[in-house]
Amino acid sequence: MGVSDAVQAAVAEAFAAEWGQVVATLIRVTGDWDLAEDCAADAFAVALERWRRDGVPRSPGAWLTTTARNRAIDLLRREATGAAKAREAAVLSRAVDAPVEPDEVPDDRLRLIFTCSHPALPFEARIALTLRTLAGLTTAEIARAFLVPEPTMYQRITRAKKKIREAGIPYRVPPAHLLAQRLNAVLAVIYLLFNEGYTASEGADLVRHNLSAEAIRLGRLLVRLLPEPEAQSLLALMLLHDARRPTRVDAAGGLITLDQQDRSRWDAAKIAEGLRLLPATPGPYQLQAAIAACHTTARSVETTDWPRIVRLYDDLLAIAPSPVVRLNRAVAVAMVEGPAAGLALVDELAASGQLAGYHLLPATRAELLRRQGSYEPAAAAYRDAVELASTDAERDYLRARLAEIEP
Amino acid sequence: MRYVLLIWHGEEHSEPPEEIGAWPEHQAWLADLETRGLRQGGARLRPAATTKVQVRDGEILVSDGPYAETKDLIGGFVLIDCEHLDEALEVAAGHPFAKFGTVEVRPVWE
Repeated sequence: MGVSDAVQAAVAEAFAAEWGQVVATLIRVTGDWDLAEDCAADAFAVALERWRRDGVPRSPGAWLTTTARNRAIDLLRREATGAAKAREAAVLSRAVDAPVEPDEVPDDRLRLIFTCSHPALPFEARIALTLRTLAGLTTAEIARAFLVPEPTMYQRITRAKKKIREAGIPYRVPPAHLLAQRLNAVLAVIYLLFNEGYTASEGADLVRHNLSAEAIRLGRLLVRLLPEPEAQSLLALMLLHDARRPTRVDAAGGLITLDQQDRSRWDAAKIAEGLRLLPATPGPYQLQAAIAACHTTARSVETTDWPRIVRLYDDLLAIAPSPVVRLNRAVAVAMVEGPAAGLALVDELAASGQLAGYHLLPATRAELLRRQGSYEPAAAAYRDAVELASTDAERDYLRARLAEIEP
Repeated sequence: MRYVLLIWHGEEHSEPPEEIGAWPEHQAWLADLETRGLRQGGARLRPAATTKVQVRDGEILVSDGPYAETKDLIGGFVLIDCEHLDEALEVAAGHPFAKFGTVEVRPVWE
């Protein structure tokens, strides 16, 4: 590797590791989100040039933060037409002279995480803002990942920043009495990012794949800064799901269900990390992670501890009732008590109308009817599911299952 | 920062200000605001007696109520001065009408 390649690699590495921190600190110091991002971007550009000349600094994060701060002072001074602006630049100058305390750095990123996920912002904007300011994705990349035009995404991010400023959303980690509720909002953003990346069919869109990786990176950061049980549980849950990623689709992009996956190819390191992280304190993410752990530690579908999975679903329903969880529970009940017991629960759900239009409802029904040997109603249910499925991979899978039982 | 809380509620809540003022919940909420020096003004509005005025092509158009379709009304407003949105949201959540109506938190443009 040449010197220039080595420097380029060092800058790229620093970008992945330090972008969020530089932006977070600059927002705290200047109170201006756009200025913070611009100055952070400038600092990375300057780094490429300076590090080539002077070598990579011992602490790239501190170097980048100082460079970005200096840039912010320059810009504010240049704009300083009125006395107020000049004062602002002077205050900033003093802030720069103060040494960067290592302890304040993670605090800034935590402030940024909570502010980006503030419930006063529209949910979609929270996700975009998190990816932009914490992960350093460009607006174009975020737009591609969510399949919306770039101007739409640009506007979404701009509006969110405007609302933060105009509505007076504080740049802080919420106090204890708000923490649990606000942490849930943060976790919801990270989990949605993970799912966006996870459910996209493999190979179809690499950017979506990256969303899962970004979610796991954000999850790790959050756990390091705020080791709360539900944050640890979410990270465990994402790792346990992600461990199965390589076995979820075949070479042609077709879906492979849990019972057909090559368990020897599951990522043992991710599973071990997930299990190590999983806390004992029950919570919505903890229970979902515990269920994922049952699957990833079993040698086969047959030897999976299904009674324990049913109990975990019961606990989950008690604290976070949802029709999707009831559907999953029905599948687990079918594994313990047989397809008829599962079908009764699925039919009850169907009658409630809560999952109307959700393809996994008829798909689950079809699977259970087929296991029971009721091929004709099973075929009808598969056809319903094909109608409702939203991706080609899912439709192909359902059609293949249907073909197996059609005369 | 100053915020206006707009108190929205259904038609069925036509309690007069004296009655609302006698609710222990409302008294506690108000006393807390006064102690903290956050409240700068506010009033109970007569929600069912709204009149709408528009001037179009130089002509004054007067009609009944701003929203003929909806049964939700603005029944009052409170002007508060808070450190930031989170503080305003806590004040809003403490308003007795938040339990059955909606409290809208709008920053003052200043």
